[in-house]
Amino acid sequence: MNKLEQQQFEYLLRLGDSDLILGQRLSAWLGHAPVLEEEMATGNVALDLVGQARSWLGLAGEIEGAGRDADRLAYFRDAFDYRNVLLAERPNGDYAYTIMRQFLYDAYHYPLLERLSASADERIREVAAKSLKEVQYHVRRSSEWVIRMGDGTRESHDRIQAALDDLWMYTGEMLTPDEVDQALLETGVAADLERVAGAWHERVREVTAEATLVIPDESWMQQGGKQGRHTEHLGYILAEMQFLPRAYPDARW
Amino acid sequence: MRAGSDIVERPSPDRIREWLTEVTDPEIPVLTIEDLGILRDIRQEDDGVRVTITPTYSGCPAMMAIRMEIVRTLNARGIDRVRVDEVLSPAWTTDWLSERGREKLRAYGIAPPAGKAQGKSALFGEPDAVACPQCGSERTTRTSEFGSTACKAMYRCEDCLEPFDYFKCI
Repeated sequence: MNKLEQQQFEYLLRLGDSDLILGQRLSAWLGHAPVLEEEMATGNVALDLVGQARSWLGLAGEIEGAGRDADRLAYFRDAFDYRNVLLAERPNGDYAYTIMRQFLYDAYHYPLLERLSASADERIREVAAKSLKEVQYHVRRSSEWVIRMGDGTRESHDRIQAALDDLWMYTGEMLTPDEVDQALLETGVAADLERVAGAWHERVREVTAEATLVIPDESWMQQGGKQGRHTEHLGYILAEMQFLPRAYPDARW
Repeated sequence: MRAGSDIVERPSPDRIREWLTEVTDPEIPVLTIEDLGILRDIRQEDDGVRVTITPTYSGCPAMMAIRMEIVRTLNARGIDRVRVDEVLSPAWTTDWLSERGREKLRAYGIAPPAGKAQGKSALFGEPDAVACPQCGSERTTRTSEFGSTACKAMYRCEDCLEPFDYFKCI
């Protein structure tokens, strides 16, 4: 890979890994969700995200040109090769925590895909346009739940406020461009994260206000996921997700 | 090439399309892949038949079953070499559901998509009135954004009180 291809590969891993890890996190709720409707909603959102991850990782493998397909990239890389944002690997916590994590991601994911639907790279455009249709329902659902819990009982309000306070420092890296984002923005391939951040802040302000929640004061933001520096949580996620194909590398459906 | 098989009349794409009406969505078995609008192209090529389909949702778990069913159906009609391609673009939309498909959905107890898919929906924009597939009442309430599959939402009829699935617009 030349330098540009290397950057594209990195960028696609970020998109795919974030969707994949969040999808894997969400699927852990299956059989444990608080109500049946949410059991199904969580499973469906997870399915959309894993499906989108397959498209992004498939594309990453094509650009790499080393014969790795989406499955190979998902199951045979270690934590330091993963490029997901840290928010995606946060533990599920209680349901308020899962919903807030989802909302903060959806509110970023939607404007991100909107921008990518106009990428200079046709393959990226295609995946983004497809995914965008799905994510409009994700963001609607998580917004509604944030409002319902925030403006609900004292207990639900306190829990979702605590989730917002705790997760806030993980929102910075997805909205802050680094060298890869910048280089690909210049070629028209990547999304303009400043514009994405603008849309994100607007939605977060609107929904938290309606939910009677208080946005934390500007604080220090944790970085590193996009460069492969992860929290200890990712290793455990991968151990569970990758066990079968690593133990039985020839296993097929 | 096998001896004696060099003069075989190749079925036309229309004929193949007709055969493929046997292939249904395993999750909504009243709908054929044609009703759903996911059957995008059929081509006779030198090395066999190429069928192009598009997924309804990125993670749609039915795609593998549908692909296998297409191959099986055409094999049974004597077409040995079938290739099924998946394309993402143009992205599938509920606007491609055929009129017949909508009627079948309603009869099956699933409310078909109301109105046209919009490029961009307002954050809390509600769809046009969703009519109850049982009694036809438009006094219905959404109970959850997601139903038994990603393509459906759950509703309840305020008149006949039946819960039902709604095939949402994308």
